[in-house]
Amino acid sequence: MRPIWYFVGLILSINGIIIFGTGLYLLYNPPAVKTVLFDTHPNIWWGILMTIFGVVFTLLNMNKRVE
Amino acid sequence: MNTIGLTFVDWLLIALYFGFVLGIGFYLKKFMKNDEDFFLAGRKNSSWVAGLAFLSANLGALELLGMTGNTFKYGMYVAHFYWIGAIPAMLFLGIYMMPFYYSSKIKSIPGYLKLRFDEKTRVLNAFAFAIMTLLVSGINLYAMALVLHTFLGWNWDVSMWVSAATVAAYVTFSGLMSAIFTEIIQFFLIWFGLFLVSVMGIIEIGSIQEIFTRVPAAYNTLWSTSGNPADNGMMISWGGIVLGLGFVLSFGYWTTDFLVVQRAFSAKDLRTARLTPIVASFFKMALPFIVILAGLIAYVLANDPKSGFQLLKDGSQINYDSALPLLIVRYYPTGLIGLGVTALLAGFMAGQAGNISAFNTVWTYDIYKSIINKKASDAHLLKMGRAATLVGVLLSLVTAYWAKSFPSIMDYMQAIFSWVNAPLFATMLLGMFVVWITPNGAFWGLVLGMGSSFTLYIAVKFGWIEGSLLTMSNSSSEMAANFWRAWWAWLICFGSTIIVSLFTKKKPREELVGLVKGLTPIVETEAEKLVPYYLRPGFWAIASLIIFIALNIYFW
Repeated sequence: MRPIWYFVGLILSINGIIIFGTGLYLLYNPPAVKTVLFDTHPNIWWGILMTIFGVVFTLLNMNKRVE
Repeated sequence: MNTIGLTFVDWLLIALYFGFVLGIGFYLKKFMKNDEDFFLAGRKNSSWVAGLAFLSANLGALELLGMTGNTFKYGMYVAHFYWIGAIPAMLFLGIYMMPFYYSSKIKSIPGYLKLRFDEKTRVLNAFAFAIMTLLVSGINLYAMALVLHTFLGWNWDVSMWVSAATVAAYVTFSGLMSAIFTEIIQFFLIWFGLFLVSVMGIIEIGSIQEIFTRVPAAYNTLWSTSGNPADNGMMISWGGIVLGLGFVLSFGYWTTDFLVVQRAFSAKDLRTARLTPIVASFFKMALPFIVILAGLIAYVLANDPKSGFQLLKDGSQINYDSALPLLIVRYYPTGLIGLGVTALLAGFMAGQAGNISAFNTVWTYDIYKSIINKKASDAHLLKMGRAATLVGVLLSLVTAYWAKSFPSIMDYMQAIFSWVNAPLFATMLLGMFVVWITPNGAFWGLVLGMGSSFTLYIAVKFGWIEGSLLTMSNSSSEMAANFWRAWWAWLICFGSTIIVSLFTKKKPREELVGLVKGLTPIVETEAEKLVPYYLRPGFWAIASLIIFIALNIYFW
């Protein structure tokens, strides 16, 4: 079967891409009521971090199979 | 209160999680060939997989919310749950106890009691564990529905039934393996979903140093105010922390609770099984950087009038559990909110799946096969395990509705552990390390230990005796009472097991080989001799111990 790390990578990269995309949208369409520290754009940098982590996990385990 | 508003993106992330765990359960189903695959994940896991699952089985969202709230209430002393209240016990399990558990090829903790003592001790513990597991699972479900209802405005019944049905589906598909997979996914979602709260809090307040400066002395140290209970937020002395939490409750939970130990049984060999709790110990030590830090950040913000941050109130009572959700709302824009809610949901569901997978194993092997159908085939046991999963989830729902009608039942969770786990640790310790402990000694020790713990709880609750009799101090908290009650229950079980053993029939020594320390020579195979020192459990246990000591000294 595929190792668990492959699935971890998959869900983190999908989540990361969605959050990063939301961050880009919010950058150009800021909400009327902003969260504290909104101007640091956490969606963008946290989304990028999650995506990198997720993609690395997915690629490293893409061709692996475990018992 | 105003509930947290979710946008389409947040709902998408939540739906993605539900679809993902169901998909994994379905994917793994085709690899479930026999009962060992279903109940013990085929005993093929690495120490990383088993270790993260070992930790995550304990890492429910109830704990995340509760411990963040408790930090607001009691201060840094809550870190004791993660350090002295976990690490020594986890290392002891890996180094000293795992060889007996793993080598005897048992499928559950009650299974060890059967081999070491007798059938009646096994059945007594199996019933106590099954009841405790269903109670905890139901309370977990109730707490989840309460959080979703309070903070998201979700319908109580719908959120409970949808989550329960999802857990039932993926555990029924592929048993312990799917529980372990979702627990590991939950581990990563919790770190990515909740650690950002601490990061943002540090950015807002300025630095970690600034956070500690703005918290009073009774709240920002670990040991220096433990000489007098009146000097610290938890109102407990170092004796209560060391004996009650650090020794009895911690060792009772981490070394004998099948919910966590089952993950180590899924390891591929003995060295991996021994490494399982040791690997987990490093990540356990890191958790305060989410939980404790977030609690202290909430405390600092709530005491800064300019921040505009206040915890919720239920009438005149402060709702401490609201600290973490309110920090999420404060810092997380749309998208990240969905991730934060998914992390909490994942925590609740993985916690419930852990309880259910432990319940179906104990029910199938230690109650059904032991009492009801002794000749059941492996294929029949596999079917029984799947049926027990569904029944277990339904019984959890019943418990959850019961908990709903008695909201204070959540206070009883620590008490439930002190009724079952604290005495069991005395039985296990004596059973593994003292040859002459007898089956009747173990059985009556357990009966008296569990009975006395329950009686002490009731006696204090209804005012038959003063709580100060247990805690030996006039100032104490409910937490302190839990710690001390666990200690007395352990002592009563320990003493009565020894006394009864002195007067009852011993098991022949040849039946105890491989189960008791004095009769089990540790023979290293040729392959084990070739394992380098940096892959050995002892090396990593020492590394973990050094970090544990350093953290305690640094935050003294």
